[in-house]
Amino acid sequence: MNDTLTLYDTEVTSRFMLGTSLYPSPAIMVDAIKRSACEIVTVSLRRESGSDLEGQGFWEIIKNLDLKVLPNTAGCHTAKEAITTAMMAREVFGTTWVKLEVIGEADTLQPDVFGLVEAAAELTNQGFQVFPYTTDDLVVAERLLEAGCEVLMPWGAPIGSGRGINNPFALRAMRAHFPNVPLVVDAGLGKPSHAAQAMEMGYDAILLNTAVAKAGDPALMAESFAEALIAGRKAYHADPMEERDMAEPSTPVLGQAFLS
Amino acid sequence: MNLTVNGQAHKSDAVTLTALLEELGYKDATVATARNGEFVSATSRDVEQVEDGDKIEILAPMKGG
Repeated sequence: MNDTLTLYDTEVTSRFMLGTSLYPSPAIMVDAIKRSACEIVTVSLRRESGSDLEGQGFWEIIKNLDLKVLPNTAGCHTAKEAITTAMMAREVFGTTWVKLEVIGEADTLQPDVFGLVEAAAELTNQGFQVFPYTTDDLVVAERLLEAGCEVLMPWGAPIGSGRGINNPFALRAMRAHFPNVPLVVDAGLGKPSHAAQAMEMGYDAILLNTAVAKAGDPALMAESFAEALIAGRKAYHADPMEERDMAEPSTPVLGQAFLS
Repeated sequence: MNLTVNGQAHKSDAVTLTALLEELGYKDATVATARNGEFVSATSRDVEQVEDGDKIEILAPMKGG
């Protein structure tokens, strides 16, 4: 079964996008990335400091993996900050891809959807291919598409919470509303079963970091997520049965003995 | 002159952004720069003047989610 995913002009096979932060060590990060079989990793830009040039070493490790990188604008709270960060990232990472984050609320790290739409429009005009981290609001999603986004990344739950899909109804509605737009559940997933659920709902991919990096064995967890994604995607293609409220016997009633 | 580089006070005689990067030991590093909140591309650093009171950001690739 040919089941690739096209994100802008790039075709990928894996439906796993994995973050590079919070791992116990660079070696464990590399092991986890390899066992995840992901083709896209997220990265960021931070202040270089001192003479140890930590960022340079990190970038060498990532380059050696030979994967597609998706730079984020994490920590930006205004459209202007996010736009400037994206421009800096484009130069450093040599990609027009950007995972656009404009954060509006500190406790939930909820996107500021107004700043997000504004930044998405400007960055698209400047030739970026924007992956917006957004909520499950359908009107905001429409605005992002109008702004030029060709991929949407709604949250499953607040970043780093590991709660799984908080509002399956809303994500199901989003999937139904945008049948032809690549949709990625970004943030909040904690366990492989959450990833399988996203796939079963027809989502195209997932993006996560903490659930793997903070697991007791990140590499094993990365592999578990990869397997869950494959299982969930197959289940989606297999067309799951409809839920029902009442029981219905699976064993035939016809031919049952009368033994009372 | 007094600059703020990555949030820290820094005294410098650098005339351009390129000179400042050399002074800080980032000459050959993969970094992106901004001056007073505006992106300065690598190709513009030779001509981008640094002035007293400037806020300079020098960013490098880093882990991210």
